[in-house]
Amino acid sequence: MLRTADVTRILGGRRVLDGLSMTVPEHGRVGIVGRSGAGKSTLLSLVAGLDRPDAGSISVGLADCALMPQRDCLLPWRTALDNACLALENQGVPRAEARDRAHPLFVRLGLAGSEDLLPAKLSGGMRQRVAFARTLLADKRVLLLDEPFGALDAITRSELQEWLANALEDEPRTVLLVTHDVEEALLLCDRVLVLADGRIAADFEVDVPRARTDIAFVELRERALEAIA
Amino acid sequence: MRPLALFALLVGIWEAVVRLAHVQDYVFPAPSAVARSLYGDRGLLGSATLVTVREIALGFLLAVACALLIAVSLHFSPALRRALLPLLVLSQTVPTVLLAPILAIVLGYGIEPKLVVVAIVCFFPIVVNAVDGLRAADPELIRMMRTLHGSRLAIFRRVEFPGALPAIFSGARIAATYAAVGAVFGEWAGSSAGLGFVILQAQPALETARIFAAVVVLSALALALYGVVSLTERILVPWHA
Repeated sequence: MLRTADVTRILGGRRVLDGLSMTVPEHGRVGIVGRSGAGKSTLLSLVAGLDRPDAGSISVGLADCALMPQRDCLLPWRTALDNACLALENQGVPRAEARDRAHPLFVRLGLAGSEDLLPAKLSGGMRQRVAFARTLLADKRVLLLDEPFGALDAITRSELQEWLANALEDEPRTVLLVTHDVEEALLLCDRVLVLADGRIAADFEVDVPRARTDIAFVELRERALEAIA
Repeated sequence: MRPLALFALLVGIWEAVVRLAHVQDYVFPAPSAVARSLYGDRGLLGSATLVTVREIALGFLLAVACALLIAVSLHFSPALRRALLPLLVLSQTVPTVLLAPILAIVLGYGIEPKLVVVAIVCFFPIVVNAVDGLRAADPELIRMMRTLHGSRLAIFRRVEFPGALPAIFSGARIAATYAAVGAVFGEWAGSSAGLGFVILQAQPALETARIFAAVVVLSALALALYGVVSLTERILVPWHA
């Protein structure tokens, strides 16, 4: 579980987050949507333990959370598999053993065959999957996803959204997803919160079929978009 | 091919001017006279080259080692960086030509003062580039590493240092072009062998062609070192093509 209580963060004299409270249940998936500058990234930094709130409390920290940044952030000098192994090696696991341990997940994520390619040789979608493997292998109970598909083209993005939804069914984690793409949040999460002026402005339970063309889904999306505007 | 063609053209003009103006070889030798000296004095130049190559190679390695050590220390201690970096810049304003005789007095007439002179000349561009390269690490990568159990040391080993390698090699390539000059300064301050020593001996004897021949060899050495550094970079930094 992940809980923030009355979290306030002031940056440059502005209350970027203003008494924000929310809860993500264990293995729940909550999406935060909002305009640029609404405080989404600030919230992720705080939850990740990379930054401290000026007031309020957060139930998790650096030890609990793995962050998947907006860009894939693969290290260009490491092969795909070695990038996925980063968290294991950081914990002192020898490289060969780390590779062995990471490999099954690597295969499950559809990356077999690209183990020894440098990131520059991978497509955008594959790079994002390697980044996801790297995040999962940190073995943290909370995943923080920061616009995970923002840098991809529309077709790759919708493919990967579906793929991520399935991957999270297989590897359930507590997920906090930050995105400006309402549809993405509705597809991937079971609850979507609208962040505006540093607070939760609206709260939507996703109890509709996860299909872009479903009428109930489209209605929910319209309501969420209105809440943002 | 174009630089080679231009080079050949310049050499040709040089040869023609010297011949047409009947300039004496001891005043300004024609390229052909330099070539004759390169061949005729090959024994002398060869043994001198061995001495100077050693000074250049060891001095350069010493510079790389010191530069990396200092750059890493400065990187880990901002207080040290603020205190020491200005002093390093100041140290570069002391002309090496003047430093060399002092080093000869302190360290004797063996290879040591030459190594130190070469190292002093080469050290600075490597240190400055390394410090900048280490600081230039993408903050997003560091944040990501911190959430992946990355300790300060792990971040240095896996993110900052590999990321700084291209900058370090840029510095090393600049340094490589200075190394030969450093060795000559070192030899001038007191030595009995090496290409700098050959130049020093040839001057009063008006063996001008031999001076030029030694300079040609020194340039070739600088180029070779540059080549070795570039090749090493290609092997160690394959992602930075």
